[in-house]
Amino acid sequence: MNFPAELKYTRTHEWVNMLDDTTALVGITDFAQSELGDLVFINLPTVGTSVVRGTPLCDAESVKAVSDINAPVSGEVAEVNEELLDAPEKLNEDPYGAWIAKIENITDFTDLLDAAAYQALTEEA
Amino acid sequence: MEKKTPLYQLHVDAGGKMVEFGGYLMPVQYPTGVIAEHMAVRQKAGLFDVSHMAELALSGPDAVANIQHLVTADISGMVDGQVKYAMFCNEAGGIVDDLVICRQAADRYVLVVNAGNHEKDAAWVESHLFGDVDYRDISDEVAQLALQGPASGRILSKLCTQEDIPAKYYTFQENCVLHLGSRDITALVSQTGYTGEFGFEIYCAAADAADLWNALLAAGADEGLIPCGLGARDTLRLEAAMPLYGHEMTDDISPKEAGLPCKLNGKDFIGRDAIIARGAPTIKRVGLKVTGRGIVREHCELLSKDGRKVGHTTSGTFCPYLNYGAAMGYVELAEAEIGKQLDADVRGRKVAVEIVPLPFYKIQR
Repeated sequence: MNFPAELKYTRTHEWVNMLDDTTALVGITDFAQSELGDLVFINLPTVGTSVVRGTPLCDAESVKAVSDINAPVSGEVAEVNEELLDAPEKLNEDPYGAWIAKIENITDFTDLLDAAAYQALTEEA
Repeated sequence: MEKKTPLYQLHVDAGGKMVEFGGYLMPVQYPTGVIAEHMAVRQKAGLFDVSHMAELALSGPDAVANIQHLVTADISGMVDGQVKYAMFCNEAGGIVDDLVICRQAADRYVLVVNAGNHEKDAAWVESHLFGDVDYRDISDEVAQLALQGPASGRILSKLCTQEDIPAKYYTFQENCVLHLGSRDITALVSQTGYTGEFGFEIYCAAADAADLWNALLAAGADEGLIPCGLGARDTLRLEAAMPLYGHEMTDDISPKEAGLPCKLNGKDFIGRDAIIARGAPTIKRVGLKVTGRGIVREHCELLSKDGRKVGHTTSGTFCPYLNYGAAMGYVELAEAEIGKQLDADVRGRKVAVEIVPLPFYKIQR
């Protein structure tokens, strides 16, 4: 299981890559993709919408079930990774490369975990 | 507290993700994942633990009359070694469960029913017994393994003689001798399954299950055989449009509505008069191919293009072999023609679907 040190994490298994103080890429963690199993569809968020930390950003469908992906920060959706529409398996194959959305105008990025704390959380699970 | 099959520890050791199903802790998938397990069954072979399924044995002079009273099929023409698919119905014509009937002899049968309905079915059968019949619930003594996929025959033939392998679909060999390296066991081997693929279901003594599981995996290693979980079992059965109790079948749905075998002009059975009295069905079980973006699962409303509710889905997933999303559901008869375009309401979002012929996937037998 991979936990890149340069990323921040949520307790609900999303990762955040802060590009600057108000912009970040977000995605799901290696642990999340492993728990979800083979992903077959992602319902991407809409560019321009506001998202609130800890509330659903979008949802992803594995073969077995649908799961909400929460916004790890509050802000606006600036871009989505449309490549995932036709290749949702990238979320399994390369969870930290397969960013889901770029969030800008971030107003709240509190309560994120560093890699060590997140890893400890997954080991309790 | 959930029960464990005789193979529980082997699943855990193999990294199986264990979930509760039908009162048992069962592997939903192994580290290979549902898609790889599904594809193995379509292209090579997969091995499933289906020991959670329940087996009810009826024997004696009135066994056949007892079973005939309970099931939607006419079993009078069955021969030894034959398997038949049927349903139990309630007095109102709804489905109590679906099952397979194995005729071992004219006065000896095994009924294989769903794990989730085990207690309900056992009580149903027991409460309707009459005459000279011996009834036993042998579920705890029996383990069931499903070896499914095009390579299944070659794999099985490494453990037994060709004569012991049932040659025809829906037939079985009762005392098949299987060589498990250091020892031999006997098992009932039937050419049946719940995947829509060629394959076998093997019923053995619970105490023999672990050795049989390991022997089959070893025999199949060169053929690409892998253990498969209930996740793949569900996607495989959906691709083959096989109905599942609690989804396409319920206490309210009749076999006629579900489009399932039900012989109304043959022998009498519980629920037959009610099914006849219901008249021609006004709903139809249909196959839906997802043409929009998304996955349509169970409990989605189905809407006509003018926004009217015309039905609902009962099962749905992504079909790994066909590589598209598919669902089954019930639609008003007038809206149920092939090619009809509908929308499925997926958590408030409309996903386009098209009614297509069932099954989605069919092998040539």
